[in-house]
Amino acid sequence: MRGLPRLEPRARTAHWMRIVSPVLAAVLTALCGLALFAALGKDPVAAFKVFFFNPVKDLYGVSELFLKATPLLLIAMGLAVGFRANVWNIGAEGQYILGAIAGAGVALAFDQRLPAVVLLPTLFIAGALGGMAWAAIPAWLRTRFNANEILVSLMLVYVAQLLVSWLVHGPWKDPQGFNFPQTRMFEAAAVLPQIVEGTRLTHTFPLAIVALAAGHLFLNRSFIGYQLQVVGLAPPAAQHAGFPIRRAIWIGLLAGGAMAGVAGVSEVAGPMGQLTEHVANHYGFAAIIVAFLGRLHPVGILFASLLMALLYLGGEQAQQYLGLPAAVAKVFQGMLLFFLLATDVLAQYRIRWGLSPLRPGER
Amino acid sequence: MIAHDPSTLAAYSSETDRVPDSTRAPTPRLSLRALCKAWPSVLANDRVDLDVAPGEIHAVLGENGAGKSTLVKIIYGVIQADSGEILWEGRPVRIPNPAAARALGIGMVFQHFSLFETLTVAENIVLGLGTRTPIAALSERIVDTSRQYGLAIDPRRYIHELSVGERQRVEIVRCLLQSPRLLIMDEPTSVLPPQLVAPLFDTLRAIAANGCSILYISHKLEEIRALCERATVMRAGRVTTTCRPAEHRADELAEMMIGRELPQVTRTAAAARPDRVLQVRSLTLPAVHQHGTRLDAIDLELRAGEILGIAGISGNGQGELLDALSGERLAAQDESIELCGQAVGRVDVQGRRALGLATVVEERLGRGAVPSLSLSQNALLTAHRQALVRPGGLIDRSGLRRFTERCIAQFSVRCSGPESAAQSLSGGNLQRFIVGRELLQAPRVLLIAQPTWGVDVGAAAFIRQSLLDLRERGAGVLLISDDLDELFEISDRIAVIAGGRLAPARPAASTDAAEIGLLMAGA
Repeated sequence: MRGLPRLEPRARTAHWMRIVSPVLAAVLTALCGLALFAALGKDPVAAFKVFFFNPVKDLYGVSELFLKATPLLLIAMGLAVGFRANVWNIGAEGQYILGAIAGAGVALAFDQRLPAVVLLPTLFIAGALGGMAWAAIPAWLRTRFNANEILVSLMLVYVAQLLVSWLVHGPWKDPQGFNFPQTRMFEAAAVLPQIVEGTRLTHTFPLAIVALAAGHLFLNRSFIGYQLQVVGLAPPAAQHAGFPIRRAIWIGLLAGGAMAGVAGVSEVAGPMGQLTEHVANHYGFAAIIVAFLGRLHPVGILFASLLMALLYLGGEQAQQYLGLPAAVAKVFQGMLLFFLLATDVLAQYRIRWGLSPLRPGER
Repeated sequence: MIAHDPSTLAAYSSETDRVPDSTRAPTPRLSLRALCKAWPSVLANDRVDLDVAPGEIHAVLGENGAGKSTLVKIIYGVIQADSGEILWEGRPVRIPNPAAARALGIGMVFQHFSLFETLTVAENIVLGLGTRTPIAALSERIVDTSRQYGLAIDPRRYIHELSVGERQRVEIVRCLLQSPRLLIMDEPTSVLPPQLVAPLFDTLRAIAANGCSILYISHKLEEIRALCERATVMRAGRVTTTCRPAEHRADELAEMMIGRELPQVTRTAAAARPDRVLQVRSLTLPAVHQHGTRLDAIDLELRAGEILGIAGISGNGQGELLDALSGERLAAQDESIELCGQAVGRVDVQGRRALGLATVVEERLGRGAVPSLSLSQNALLTAHRQALVRPGGLIDRSGLRRFTERCIAQFSVRCSGPESAAQSLSGGNLQRFIVGRELLQAPRVLLIAQPTWGVDVGAAAFIRQSLLDLRERGAGVLLISDDLDELFEISDRIAVIAGGRLAPARPAASTDAAEIGLLMAGA
């Protein structure tokens, strides 16, 4: 092993690194973005402005930012509950789709019969139940057969995508929709009203802020949240204290499913007003990055979701004004996650070059 | 400063090392000069000097954390010193890895064995030698060597069939087959029942008589007085003195080791009351995994105001017994365990704790406490029943802080406050905290395993005294320990567990280490 770099744990990790490292990751992502624009033959500064400043140059832009951030925020908050307990729900995308399907189903069935004040809460409840039902599958398989929840939840995303495709190509297709794979537009009773005139921002954004506050109380102040944390950090300690590990798995997955389902409803009953097969828009996957970028902490998740929303909007702007492919937004997401992981590793370890000695206790 | 026995210092001064002179004392087999090794947060070895003469049994004496293990790992090439010099038979050497150490003629028997359970003795030894010796020829050598030194082992047997003592013999024979000139023994008696200690010492004396030096690592004073010609005493990474242990009393050695007088515990006469707080009736539990132990018809009773000691060689069902009593594993029948008059065999951990049970497990970091969480968060782990959770399910943070501060103050936990992480505490301080956390809940029954493992002498005495005080207050204490001295020091009655069976308890006053030792071996 001569000459290879190795990681050596630091004696102590500075506490402030927990906050600095995501910021550093964002800065590094921006710097590499500049280099990327230059490599693509664009003026890096101008492109940077288009990507990061154009989207938020007016009130409408800012409202769009909050609109995009809402589902990310909701999903990430739910995922944070599971991640705290070391429950790796990678399938929020699928739970989001199931929430959207459940909400759309209720909307299509009742939007001509029920008033908004009854129907809208019902949509959210249906969405939460839909997401929870989808998350219950990996939870049950994990607690019953010890099936890996990463694989099960991830694979169920593809099942959910096929399910929504089948619905909008088949039974739920709008008869007057010129054969497009989408449902009819919901009636006004099933559409969330705008809170600021001239924008698409709905009540879901303040709802998401309330959800963050509730998430904070649950994770950092409640005894159940504490038990989840112990299960995640040291399962033998949880067992010793008598905290049920199965319950933690259920809570972790169901919280993620419920929040993803609510996020799904906020899209179909919000800016979309109908169900299409592109309802998910990868929010469920991006929210995983948001949760970790935000340190599984509600305030961090708020900022991380705004940054991630900006990447979504910037990607659209880059397509429109720079002629760059849509994938550029994904590249930025990827860089962000990469730099976050890298800065975290370097905060906890230092790189040493040269001969690798065995650590104490090894032979 | 570093003090040396003047005679040895004169004999082994650096000038004589360079010019070997047959009329003087022989060149030391191994010399260490000003060896230093720093770990990220602690100076484990601070300018350590050590000389081991040929054929000498030399002790390295020190309490837990004194730097003994670091030192021998440097000698065996497992880790590298930051600075200092190693002289092997007078020549400076570098020992980059254990293979280099073995090539020089250094063998080591670790405290925790490294043997493959599913292979035979001969196969294990062939793997360790790294040569292509045919098994048959090797088996002969194994038998010869084991006869020569009184180490009875059969090369054809599988490791998993062997007792701990036999496994240790395999490790020793494996070293001897490489004809070492220095054998390092790391706390070899910590795994042995008492009656196997004397035969081990005979073996070690025979090995030394053949010219092989032995470096004997221990914190057990009587053993060192009986076995070793010289001892190097370490404290907090430094050599405090080098002496001839047989010329000193045990309490003098202890004082050299810990730097002050050995703390004593005070114990009142038996105070057991008639009421049984814990009763176990023919409790049987299958092994959890292949190498686990099956609990076989365990019967025991624990009265209020007594300490019942459970002796045994580790791995004979102590862990299983603790899990079954604490509720981490449930019994098949409710009636097999009775806690304060209630059948609890099917009641879980929280239910049993609600009845007044408290448990202290031997793994402190990761099981008794969550390493990365603060002390106050770790207090909540088991003390949440002390009204630390509000009716709405939120944590009473100021109440938790007060509880933690009380625990830190009453049990003299050295830390920077309730917010310090559990992993930042030394073993002794963390154990004070964990014991304090449980005792502040005023348990009626306390189950405690290996309370003073890896704990400094001061904390060990404090913890034993706390257990005696709890007994005084009328609680029942079930003490599981490997340490016979500890068991005899504070137990009222002692029962031996061997192979998952518990022998009937006998009063500590009417038995002795020899009798308990025989039972531990399964006799």
